[in-house]
Amino acid sequence: MRPAWSIIFFTTMSGLGLGLAGWIVIGLLPLMSREAVIGVGVITLVLIGAGLISSTFHLGHPERAWRALSQWRSSWLSREGVLAVIVMAGLAGWFFAGYSGTIVPMWANLVLLVLIYLTVYATSMIYASLKTVARWYHPLTPICYLMFAAAGGLLATLAMLALLGLPITAALAQAGIVLMLSAWGVKIAWWRLAGMARHAGTVESATGLGELGAVRPLMPPHTEENYLQHEMGFVVARKHADKLRMIALGLGGVLPIAVLFLAPASAAALGFAVAAHVAGMFVERWLFFAEAKHVVTLYYEGAA
Amino acid sequence: MTMLPEASAIKLGLVIDLDICVGCQACVVNCKEWNTTGYGAPLADENAYGAAPMGAWLNRVHAYEAGEGEASRTVHFPKSCLHCEEAPCVTVCPTGASFKRAEDGIVLVNEDWCIGCGLCAWSCPYGARELDPAEGVMKKCTLCVDRIYNDNLPEEDRQPACVRTCPTNARHFGDLGDPNSEVSLLVAARSGVDLMPEQGTKPVNKYLPPRPRRAVDEAPVSLVAMAEAETPTGFWKWVDTTLERIG
Repeated sequence: MRPAWSIIFFTTMSGLGLGLAGWIVIGLLPLMSREAVIGVGVITLVLIGAGLISSTFHLGHPERAWRALSQWRSSWLSREGVLAVIVMAGLAGWFFAGYSGTIVPMWANLVLLVLIYLTVYATSMIYASLKTVARWYHPLTPICYLMFAAAGGLLATLAMLALLGLPITAALAQAGIVLMLSAWGVKIAWWRLAGMARHAGTVESATGLGELGAVRPLMPPHTEENYLQHEMGFVVARKHADKLRMIALGLGGVLPIAVLFLAPASAAALGFAVAAHVAGMFVERWLFFAEAKHVVTLYYEGAA
Repeated sequence: MTMLPEASAIKLGLVIDLDICVGCQACVVNCKEWNTTGYGAPLADENAYGAAPMGAWLNRVHAYEAGEGEASRTVHFPKSCLHCEEAPCVTVCPTGASFKRAEDGIVLVNEDWCIGCGLCAWSCPYGARELDPAEGVMKKCTLCVDRIYNDNLPEEDRQPACVRTCPTNARHFGDLGDPNSEVSLLVAARSGVDLMPEQGTKPVNKYLPPRPRRAVDEAPVSLVAMAEAETPTGFWKWVDTTLERIG
């Protein structure tokens, strides 16, 4: 599948912002001053919002994007939009309560937490619900998205704690390491298991010609690449997949874990760890799209 | 609304006969011609005479080779929207632009609502949808909804453009929900198949596989023997030798 930069940016940044928000609403990041509330609030909402806005850049008609909030009963993309808007509004209210000194009841925090992770889940299900892309249509796909939101969010929370001059306990740093390790563990399992997933279909079932024997594409229906091949037949990544996976793992997992081991109290080091993690996640997300093959390639290449 | 409607009694669709399609592309051209001026935005043709033309087409004809050796054959394979009963392109649509008509099962796109996200094209296993490069909206086969119910057209023209134009009658249009319709009887008689049944989309359009080839029991005529010169006799021998002498 062709990786659209706007979608990669959206899933990475919104995932990180939502993960961060999840840890904030359960009180992991004490916001003692109004400045802290505003600073953290703006960073969180900008991460989520920028991702959402960028996701409209790949649309043919971005001005109609609001219509995407209407079909939540059947469409994961619509559900994602609706949930994201509710979460953004909820978070804005939550930060405003913090600013005005209002105590947010525990149940409201928990409701917000659930909505936050539902949003991440909905994002993942846009892809995981597509039966046409065997690699995405896998039970581990949503787990990857949820784990990365939690792990990246905790890393960002620790960086914020250090920035605000608040203490980071050893337990918290260790939790950060364990979560990051688990997230990449799930991702590596996904690379192995989902990577082996194949479509049940063949070019014989796609053409209904299996009775005649093996089927081979003879002539394409057009002389130039069409929308389908451009969109679904992306091939550059598969050539370098192994190297790119190591880069994603190194930047997105190994470096942040090393920082959490060696300098868990340094704001500069944690900031660097967040930046490395985001860069690694960009590569991971790029691969998520670029490595995936659509079943329609059966019609064009005879294999998918 | 992108919830699928209750299964309609009428299921309009196409039956495509792979036995007799000759791959002439007339259906492709007539489809483009009708639909670029009919339902919705025109079908773009960008850089049509350049090095890399790009355009939206609702119907494309592939060609495959099936089987091995002498038994192998070339099969021309037209492909357009199959108007699936369980159309995944409808339920994934976030805006309600992609919908399946309750009255006849035709899957359409409301181009005024479409945001051009492309998710429906991703969800379609058949590659039946193409995003228009100029209009930024999703284009797909409408089953010529603006022909089949069009009282301004003579009755014989009230069928999809691809069906009307096919010079070999390889394409048939009708109600596949009625077991006694001509198309349903054709599907039953020729053991029509669904494409990619494993995707669970329950396509309405059916494909008729090529008929089994007739066995050839006599040896083929030797062209070499036919080309060998006969030795003339009688009058022709005289003509031959006389002309040789003159030459």
